[in-house]
Amino acid sequence: MNTAVADMPLDLSDVGAAFGDPPLASQAAFRAALDALARPGRIQRVLSDAQHPSGAAASAAALALALLDPDCTLWLAPRLAQGSAAAWLRFHTGCRIVSEVREAQFLWSDADQLPPLETLPQGSEFEPACAATCLVQVEALQTGAGWRLNGPGIEQTAHLTVLGLSAAFVAQWRANHASFPRGVDLLLCTGEYIAGLPRTTAIEV
Amino acid sequence: MVYTSIDSTGMLQDDGIVPPHTAPSRQAWMRLLSRAPVQMLETHVAQFAGTQPRWLRRPESGLVMVQGRIGGNGERFNLGEITVTRCALRPDPARVHCEHVGIAYILGRSARHAELAATADALLQDPLNRSRLPADLLTRITDWLAARHAEQREKARATRVEFFTMARESAGERTEDSP
Repeated sequence: MNTAVADMPLDLSDVGAAFGDPPLASQAAFRAALDALARPGRIQRVLSDAQHPSGAAASAAALALALLDPDCTLWLAPRLAQGSAAAWLRFHTGCRIVSEVREAQFLWSDADQLPPLETLPQGSEFEPACAATCLVQVEALQTGAGWRLNGPGIEQTAHLTVLGLSAAFVAQWRANHASFPRGVDLLLCTGEYIAGLPRTTAIEV
Repeated sequence: MVYTSIDSTGMLQDDGIVPPHTAPSRQAWMRLLSRAPVQMLETHVAQFAGTQPRWLRRPESGLVMVQGRIGGNGERFNLGEITVTRCALRPDPARVHCEHVGIAYILGRSARHAELAATADALLQDPLNRSRLPADLLTRITDWLAARHAEQREKARATRVEFFTMARESAGERTEDSP
């Protein structure tokens, strides 16, 4: 447990506002996350009026506001942690920022700083829900070409192109998918758009 | 969270009085603003509040557990929950240029009081804007609180009952049931 971060006084000088209408905006973002995970390979739009911290994608920030609360632990990738994201999240959601990836229930990271998937909490056979959920900011998302996705929520085959993930990602994902019911779930975010990549989805290149 | 304590006369002890001749800390002025009469804040702070404060957190009411000690020195116990309203904002740029974040936690459910107290908190943090508020605002609040406190004490004193108890026969033993 990292109490050092949690005990630091909050510097609010760079902290912007959260949702103007928190109930409706949170529900809308939550709905988008549900749709994204229920239909992998389809891109969802998350509209948000929150003043997200620098370096954050609007959609990822909206999901963080909707998903996190004081019971949650979050790992922030170094680039996001340097900015005001930690103060912004602590003020608006009250979540606990941890420095150890294996203590995190949620991760928020740029694609290039995403830790190897096997180092993240995978849940257990009895409690697969204890696995980490990752908000991954990628450079671009596009449907219709690229990876072939198969699995629950996909009628035949979905196609998704993701720019920004490392070359090793597909191999890591294969292992993640194979360890079902354990394994992490990803929400890929860019600008206002998100796509879900639940552990049930198989990727073929 | 311990919010305040109750003294032997049953009065709220937290009267927010700062020692004179010391520049009040932020904690001290937040405390004073939260206990100030709303009317006084309306007179002196409302002009900076404007209509479009940049909310970080709109006023929201919640409950805080108050703990008390009998006689001010017994074991702490949970007395009950009180309503507290809090908010955080940057003042309306149309009224005043101030980038500091003001925060207020006030007793009760007055969103307006929380807004005004937070606005004043933001202005007081900024050396350039502090002078826009009346220099003696905090002193006035202190005086008002002291006067109210004295008045309440006076009222309570009038109803005071002195209990005289006979010394028990066997001091030190617990003889609750014996005649």
